[in-house]
Amino acid sequence: MDILTLLIVIPVLTVIGILFCKDNKQVRVVSAIGMSIQLIQSIIVVLMYFAERKAGNTSEMVFTQTYMWFSSLNIKYAIGIDGISAVMILLTGIIIFTGVFASWNVKDLSKEFFISLILLATGVFGFFISLDMFTMFLFYEVAVIPMYLLIGIWGSGPKEYSAMKLTLMLMGGSALLLVGLLGIYFNSNPAGGELTWNILEIAKVKIPIEAQRLFFPLTFVGFGVLGALFPFHTWSPDGHASAPTAVSMLHAGVLMKLGGYGCFRIAMFLMPEAANEMGWIFIILTATSVVYGAFGAVVQKDLKYINAYSSVSHCGLVLFAVLMMNKTAMDGAIMQMISHGLMTALFFALIGMIYGRTHTRIITQMGGLMKIMPFLSVCYVIAGLASLGLPGLSGFVAEMTIFVGSFQHVDTFHRIVTIIACSSIVITAVYILRVVGILLLGPVKNDEFLKLKDAEWHEKLTTVVLICAIAGIGLAPLWLSDTISTSLAPIIDKISSASIF
Amino acid sequence: MINSGIPLQYFLVLAAIMFFVGVYGFITRKNLITILMSIELILNSVNINFVAFNKYLYPDKLQGHFFTLFVIAVAACEAAVAIAIIINIFRRFNNIDVENVDEMKY
Amino acid sequence: MIDFGYTIWIPLIPILMFLFIGLTGHKYKPVISGYLGTLGLLTSAALSYYTAYQYFFNVGKVAGVYEKIIGFNVTWLRFTDTLHIDLGTLLDPISVMMLVVITTISLMVHIYSLGYMKGEKGFARFYAVLSLFSFSMLGLVLATNIFQMYIFWELVGVSSYLLISFYYEKPSAVAAGKKAFIVTRFADLGFLIGILMLSFITGTFDFKTLTDPNGAAIMQGGSAAFLGLSVMTWALLLIFIGGAGKSAMFPLHIWLPDAMEGPTPVSALIHAATMVVAGVYLVARLFTIFALSAPVALEIVGYVGGITSLFAAVIACTQNDIKRVLAFSTMSQIGYMMLALGVSGYGGEEGLGYMASMFHLFTHAMFKALLFLGAGAIIHAVHSNNMTDMGGLRKYLPWTNITFLIACLTIAGVPPLSGFWSKDEILVAAFEHNKFLFAIEFLVAGLTAFYMFRLYFNVFWGKDRHYHHAPHEAPPVMLFPLVFLAIASIFSGFIPFTSLVTSDGEAFHVGTEWIVAIPSVLIGLIGIAIAWIFYKKETAIPDKLASSFKLLYKGSLNKFYIDEIYLFVTKKIIFALISKPIAWFDRHVIDGFMNSIAFVTNFASEKIKGMQSGQLQQYAYVFVSGVVILAFVFIYLLKF
Repeated sequence: MDILTLLIVIPVLTVIGILFCKDNKQVRVVSAIGMSIQLIQSIIVVLMYFAERKAGNTSEMVFTQTYMWFSSLNIKYAIGIDGISAVMILLTGIIIFTGVFASWNVKDLSKEFFISLILLATGVFGFFISLDMFTMFLFYEVAVIPMYLLIGIWGSGPKEYSAMKLTLMLMGGSALLLVGLLGIYFNSNPAGGELTWNILEIAKVKIPIEAQRLFFPLTFVGFGVLGALFPFHTWSPDGHASAPTAVSMLHAGVLMKLGGYGCFRIAMFLMPEAANEMGWIFIILTATSVVYGAFGAVVQKDLKYINAYSSVSHCGLVLFAVLMMNKTAMDGAIMQMISHGLMTALFFALIGMIYGRTHTRIITQMGGLMKIMPFLSVCYVIAGLASLGLPGLSGFVAEMTIFVGSFQHVDTFHRIVTIIACSSIVITAVYILRVVGILLLGPVKNDEFLKLKDAEWHEKLTTVVLICAIAGIGLAPLWLSDTISTSLAPIIDKISSASIF
Repeated sequence: MINSGIPLQYFLVLAAIMFFVGVYGFITRKNLITILMSIELILNSVNINFVAFNKYLYPDKLQGHFFTLFVIAVAACEAAVAIAIIINIFRRFNNIDVENVDEMKY
Repeated sequence: MIDFGYTIWIPLIPILMFLFIGLTGHKYKPVISGYLGTLGLLTSAALSYYTAYQYFFNVGKVAGVYEKIIGFNVTWLRFTDTLHIDLGTLLDPISVMMLVVITTISLMVHIYSLGYMKGEKGFARFYAVLSLFSFSMLGLVLATNIFQMYIFWELVGVSSYLLISFYYEKPSAVAAGKKAFIVTRFADLGFLIGILMLSFITGTFDFKTLTDPNGAAIMQGGSAAFLGLSVMTWALLLIFIGGAGKSAMFPLHIWLPDAMEGPTPVSALIHAATMVVAGVYLVARLFTIFALSAPVALEIVGYVGGITSLFAAVIACTQNDIKRVLAFSTMSQIGYMMLALGVSGYGGEEGLGYMASMFHLFTHAMFKALLFLGAGAIIHAVHSNNMTDMGGLRKYLPWTNITFLIACLTIAGVPPLSGFWSKDEILVAAFEHNKFLFAIEFLVAGLTAFYMFRLYFNVFWGKDRHYHHAPHEAPPVMLFPLVFLAIASIFSGFIPFTSLVTSDGEAFHVGTEWIVAIPSVLIGLIGIAIAWIFYKKETAIPDKLASSFKLLYKGSLNKFYIDEIYLFVTKKIIFALISKPIAWFDRHVIDGFMNSIAFVTNFASEKIKGMQSGQLQQYAYVFVSGVVILAFVFIYLLKF
């Protein structure tokens, strides 16, 4: 069996393993083992990718495999990765691994919880390795559906409402997306002949411009909903606020990245002409997301809401950079996905841990946590600093790449919106420091909190792994940036041939 | 071709009258047995049409006849099933009024 | 030619110390982390001195000109083929000079803090962050390209934040740290956009390429224009905003007085001697491009410096918290440096202002650190920041008294102390280029002497206060830095800056302009004399003056209400007019729209569900009517 399919098989085997477990403990251990293997496997995939490139394989995708599974519509199970999917797989590997440890304390229905969680991860892995749009869509749905159960059953607050809202909005996005994908499929061979779902084959032809004008916005918005594109982002605050810790981590960390990844891998890559024509609309929307999300976060009181709005802002930056359509900005977009994935996962993990102790997420009810739980607080500060773009942590690298790349755009409009987007770094600083100031510093507000304990081993493991990844990227970004930009070359070639500037 | 005798329109008018009598009965009657009878009327009006068209338009073919036989057979089965259902409804409600049977609403 | 590759270790040693102390600091006795930090910085300082010696006296000069030498360079992040962030060390006169300043002051502060911070909770944390700061600051001055500078610029900002909020359980310290970070962050936005524009125009981040006077970067300046100024001017102005934020130039100065919430050694290191001059250093670093392709921007720099120095000096006259007086004095002196850059030209004697600015930066670092450390010793003794709690301390703190007096005389510009020489050069440069700015600076020189001696007399002379316990002199570990810096303040004026640090690297000669020097000394003495009369013994004169100039006095005491204006803007405008409405808009309009879609769907299905009645006959009726209508339509209307 090839290495990529193994990425799907291992989680499935883990799920089967969980089915045979008897109690909580076994479930946890089996999930932890399964996801550890999965993490190692993700690392191996990345290393193998490097080895393959080093060996001189310059094709766009490596480790490609194709099996037909529905021949009358030419749907294939076609897989393969390039540098971008490789790093996204690694990101997913890290986050699901830490997610399992972050949900170590799930007690009721733990079997079902871990099954849904791992199933969700399976969908994400499948999405990133797919080259066939239909298979990709299938995995996309596999990733979205368990979310409903996870939030609706194990969530907190108005969980049914949030779960319903999140699922319905994402399904609405999927509906648009499905139409868009079908549109691409039916125009995948304008010269006549067999239609195809395969991205690489479609990329070779030029989809008629009329079809692009219709299907580009559908596809972009369809993925954009998942990427929290303004004004389709409102599922994010409610959904994240109600979701259990690991689900928030996985959702903000990885699932939202499916949106960004899909936007550029399908919408931009296959329909560059329309992207050029209509880009400005979405650039305005995404620039709005960036600033709007940041301002929205400034006055929130619930930790998860703050982080959800911050995610809107940061994910807006991803789509913003993708739309700039030059190599540097897109490179930055991918790095921002990874960076945001890691730091938002860290944030949600920490919020979950704090909530698990204090049983409140309202920042004004807490205070002086630095004194009570120094480890968690320091980690929170680090996550905050990463989020506001401190050099040496991943956020800075990604944001700067985006800003520099976008500002190199020859068109003045693009440069002006870049300046607007830049201003988010100040607002980010405002809301991060506000939280740090109220939540962690200052005198202890509630004496009952004084007897709370600092992090346990599994919590330390979660945070340390994530912090190491964040700092690793932040300190030595060159390998990541080079990997991504090498893989971006063919995409940029196709896109720039359509450029109107 | 048969040129003499009763013209085709007679049969059609008869069938139409039977059909609408059946429809009327089906819609207005509350008694399930009567409704069943109305359905039989509708089916038979269709049968008449089949036979008449077959005889007048395609005298050398037999599809119309076959179809009619088929409808009669199916109608017989249907009557059996329907009466079985009606008996069950009678056991449950002590009458066979169609308005009782609205479990499938909303 | 020696290899300067080792210079990378100058910043690396402190960061290793940071990591080591940060990760293991809780495992051993706190004082050990203090020794470790100090030791690390001692090594860095030794390396810096060696580098300075090698650079200035052995290898730096090629054909009479100090060259820019790249000691070490490695690509850190690549944007495009031409735009990439390198991390490395760039040696030229100003960076080497800054190395000496930073390591010296930082070392002194490390030693001093061993005594000052003794027994404080978080002693190890203090030393860890101090090391982080030293690393960032050294990386900043050694930057080979503007983006590296930005990186370390941010790191300095964050270490400053961590140190200001060192006493994190004190709400005012937390608020001050937040304010400092956000205000400078706002300024950094300008810096960032400036960098983006500059790199867009010139296609490079590299300082060597950017500041080459014959290079392509300089030539491209004047092309496009926006609002009457060239794009290059805008870019440099934006970059200057970044510098103004860090250097607390008006109107971005509001964070500096509050930053005094941090421990006093931190104020000495960060908010007096090193970090706050980063803005001056930034302008000096890009001086070639400022002077040659955007003279308008340079002029604005000069005016901002002049206004700030006057503004801060006026406020300093009325403040009662000794650290705040010193903070405003710092602002005023940095204004001097900015002004000096603003009135300078490029090359030879035209570059007098540039030289003077760097000279003053050097001497100011010494005497201002001394002042702050002296203030620390005073606070250590009386446990208060407030001048009204002090008086007659000269009996209790003899060493502090003498060193503090030396520092005050230095800042007042009394010859032959170092402050006289550097201030004099600035005044000469201003006198030659811009009489208006000269007039301002002349006035400020008098004010400076006045408020410093107001402070001095109030603290060390005057009436004895009622102290809880007799104030005691600081331990030797704190006195050593005081003495060392006092000696440096006395003698650093004799360093021949004209032949070492000049705008184009070439030495030039400048004589003493007596026409400027004599009046400036006189006004300094007058200031001291007035302070003597007012404050040596407690008299009623100051109160009378205050009541007769009530408006000015109140304005000055309340820092001209700039803080209130900012508070208004942030609280009332950003929070209440932007953020709150956005949050509301999001929850109610956008989310409301999404919810209303769901609601409409729900409502509609509620309404039409009645059709699904379960009544068989009703269905049949609808069905038959439909058939009839359709038949009618098809036959009569559509004529099939």
